[in-house]
Amino acid sequence: MTEHTPAAAPHWLLGRITWDSIPMAHEPIVLYTFLATMLGGLLVVAGLTKFRLWGPLWKDWICSIDHKKIGIMYMVLGLVMFLRGFADAVMMRLQQSMAFGESMGYLPPHHYDQIFTAHGVIMIFFVAMPFVTGLMNYLVPLQIGARDVSFPFLNNFSFWMTAGGAVLVMLSLFLGEFSTAGWLALSNLGAQNPGVGLDYYIWGLQVAGVGTTLSGINLIVTIVKMRAPGMNLMKMPVFTWTALCTNALIVASFPVLTAALVLMSLDRYVGTNFFTNDLGGNAMLYVNLIWIWGHPEVYILILPCFGVFSEVVATFSRKRLFGYTSMVYATVCITVLSYLVWLHHFFTMGSGATVNTFFGITTMIISIPTGAKIFNWLFTMYKGRIRFTVPMLWTVGFMCTFAIGGMTGVLLAVPPADFVLHNSLFLIAHFHNVIIGGVVFAVFAAINYWYPKAFGYKLDEFWGKCSFWFWLVGFWVAFTPLYILGLMGVTRRVSHFEDASLQIWFLIAACGAGLIALGIASFFIQLFVSYLKREQLRDVTGDPWDGRTLEWATSSPPPQYNFAFTPVAHEIDAWWDMKKHGYQRPLAGFQPIHMPANTGAGIVIAGLSTLFGFAMIWHMWPLAAASFAATVLASIIHTFNYQRDYYIPAAEVAATENARTQQLAAAHV
Amino acid sequence: MSASHTHTHAAHGHDAHHHDDHHQDAGPHSTLSGYMVGFVLSVILTAIPFWLVMGKVIADKGTMALVLGVFAVAQILVHMVCFLHMNGKIEGGWTLLSTLFTVVFVAVGIAGTLWVMFHMNANMMPTHAPGHMPAVEQRAP
Amino acid sequence: MSDTHTLPAGAAAALAPRQYHLAHEPHPENGTALGFWLYLMSDCLIFAALFATYGVLGRSYAGGPTGAELFDLPLVALNTAFLLLSSITFGFAMLQKQHGKVGGTLAWLAITGLFGLCFLGLELYEFQHLIHQGAGPQRSAFLSAFFTLVATHGLHVTFGLVWLVVLMVQIAKHGLIRENQRRLMCLSMFWHFLDVVWIGVFTFVYLMGVL
Repeated sequence: MTEHTPAAAPHWLLGRITWDSIPMAHEPIVLYTFLATMLGGLLVVAGLTKFRLWGPLWKDWICSIDHKKIGIMYMVLGLVMFLRGFADAVMMRLQQSMAFGESMGYLPPHHYDQIFTAHGVIMIFFVAMPFVTGLMNYLVPLQIGARDVSFPFLNNFSFWMTAGGAVLVMLSLFLGEFSTAGWLALSNLGAQNPGVGLDYYIWGLQVAGVGTTLSGINLIVTIVKMRAPGMNLMKMPVFTWTALCTNALIVASFPVLTAALVLMSLDRYVGTNFFTNDLGGNAMLYVNLIWIWGHPEVYILILPCFGVFSEVVATFSRKRLFGYTSMVYATVCITVLSYLVWLHHFFTMGSGATVNTFFGITTMIISIPTGAKIFNWLFTMYKGRIRFTVPMLWTVGFMCTFAIGGMTGVLLAVPPADFVLHNSLFLIAHFHNVIIGGVVFAVFAAINYWYPKAFGYKLDEFWGKCSFWFWLVGFWVAFTPLYILGLMGVTRRVSHFEDASLQIWFLIAACGAGLIALGIASFFIQLFVSYLKREQLRDVTGDPWDGRTLEWATSSPPPQYNFAFTPVAHEIDAWWDMKKHGYQRPLAGFQPIHMPANTGAGIVIAGLSTLFGFAMIWHMWPLAAASFAATVLASIIHTFNYQRDYYIPAAEVAATENARTQQLAAAHV
Repeated sequence: MSASHTHTHAAHGHDAHHHDDHHQDAGPHSTLSGYMVGFVLSVILTAIPFWLVMGKVIADKGTMALVLGVFAVAQILVHMVCFLHMNGKIEGGWTLLSTLFTVVFVAVGIAGTLWVMFHMNANMMPTHAPGHMPAVEQRAP
Repeated sequence: MSDTHTLPAGAAAALAPRQYHLAHEPHPENGTALGFWLYLMSDCLIFAALFATYGVLGRSYAGGPTGAELFDLPLVALNTAFLLLSSITFGFAMLQKQHGKVGGTLAWLAITGLFGLCFLGLELYEFQHLIHQGAGPQRSAFLSAFFTLVATHGLHVTFGLVWLVVLMVQIAKHGLIRENQRRLMCLSMFWHFLDVVWIGVFTFVYLMGVL
């Protein structure tokens, strides 16, 4: 269903932008969103100006190549986009709880389609991926005893490319419209629907995808090359192992997404026949290619989360993680197997019994290593001295929730069952079960666990527990009805129903969404309250939880250079080993430390790429050519800069370390 | 373009620290003989397939395709070893490992796609079935 | 610089003191070569997706011209020769680099660039000829796949040539410093990798295309 396509010829400079492209003029919801965004934006700008923060913002954050700052920026991006994605979810729940029979709800189908598409795209690409990337960025160098990642500039550039993709998606709210084709653009291929929505989708993902792929390469090389002496692969923290496998998956799968989107773009821009209905095109090929990427993608999301839980469980059970070796092997198995299951996303497309059987079996097999991990976590807890801190609560909540979600996945892996349940609300409930139970719970556990490390003070326990319980109960109240509806045959992506007897389930689901909203509110209150109480919650030791891995050896927050002297690892849980042997921090003999320099080149090149994407969306050919040339030129100019590093003087290192020594001494008084 | 931080540079002879980097930065050592062997082999492994096809030497398409494939794989290996200096020692074996990983994924991706799409076409798009008659497939209910 | 080990009172005597810092600060190995290799592997996967696409759509002529009718094998053989020669001349440039000869390196790089330009020129001529015959990428799925796969390779060669020129300027300006040597190493990997992909292209697209 196409929107009002302007019949006017494209403008030489503005391409296909017309007055009609501004939806605010005729859609009140968008108008209110715009006003709210403008207001919020003005407040931020005013605040920055009043507190004279523009300089520090540019110098210390935007240009920063410090993995810790970049990690924090990823988390902030994820949180901001999470609010947008959740707003989309609330809008859907509202619509689906009221649109029965005569009542059409408040969202016309065309708008509803954009909302579920945006919800999926944002949650996967601009919430979950940034969260997971942010955690890996922050933690991996610290856990392996390194000072930064292998390619610090590339790290900065990768972040700004991800942010650029997010900008394009957000821009679609106010100029033009977003795609209506679902988060993978399955239903709306090639030349069909020539509107800008699908182009926003394509270019948003392409820009962000470059960032993700480069980030993947960066972290693999970091883990391979920059581990502290003595830390061989089987002595790395489990989170680092999961990061290694995740990034291998990123490098191995994102190129396929890039290729699939390029092929679709060619169909749209050049008139090729890859996925058309005639002249030899084959739309099923797109589905196949996109899911070859799509399945590894969900493992990219979940593996680091398994790593987070491994760290949390070991620390708060005061026990070494049970079965380290089997955890590593399970992770590697999942990595390899995730490449062999992709067809289970389209059992019903018609490849026949033989093919379906093969992929059904591989899908069932992949649940086994995951099950092994759950047992390892349970055995770690068994006979441990458990502390039910907020991260531990999230972990236990995860084990229950994710296990059930995983089991519904195994149910869906049976092709005959999938023929009934494909694209029903049962499927929706399944993947939300594993993504919320797995990824979201892990992110909250990780934030509560590592926040003191990053910011120097713990998060408030009470509001953390509120957030957890609202989320846990809210999730089950929101999604159990969807399981039931799915089993009854209700399809996904529907904005209006004839059968009023379904309404009660949707109403219950809406209540669940309300509880989750309270959970999110509790989380923001937690952040605010913790900031106000930060002196009471201050962490002076750098090791508030009596942790086991090397990041806890540094101060909270760590100095820019992480470690004054690179540590030597002897065993798994290197920091625990150091504590056991009565390790004392060196107090003298500091050397100058070689560090990479901050640069603005990353945001500039990423900004030009984003501009290129924008120009392509709107068919602004002169701007597209110019911005492409400028991107290439800016990159070339950057390569002429050979002076990208500097030394932190020994005196400065000494001063920082002495300040920490004093802080530790004061804490022990 | 870059806004470098203004930290005072420690006037350190840091070049001294880097001399041990030279050994690994120089990368794998190339030799003239290595390149010439690779070049000659590549020429042979290119000329033969072209001759086979242009001269229509092998009648059976299946066999011809297989033979061409073998020559391609052989030449790729020649390039990997002679020009790209691939071996298990460079970079601690990580380049070899990542190459093997990639080869496996490429094989799975291509073979999987061909297998899946062959079946899809046979069941769902009879007019697009490749080449010969599609076998009678179990139709999806 | 090594730390002192004061074992806490009552600790087991069996815990022998351990060194937790080395006498000299270790320097992490440079990761550029491995990082670039991983990028090449990701590029391999893009090509794999394009090859898979060609594999599926390669016989979908839609009533239009087939590979047997269109492909000019002698021209392809000539192009293959250009690319292979450019690989060997790049090898000679690397040998000059090993001997530290800036002039020699630049000369062989220039020759490599010329061969690359010949390759691109011939490929553009081939494309233009096909389009002129009505066998452009819009004609059928087979032609869409063909043009995309071959042109993606050509775009990579183009990018490689731009990089080559930039690197030549940088070597002329700064000499064969360590950083430039690393960049040469990367470009070398890139260039040979493109030749590897071309092997796949001429075998599976052109040679098998005329069968």
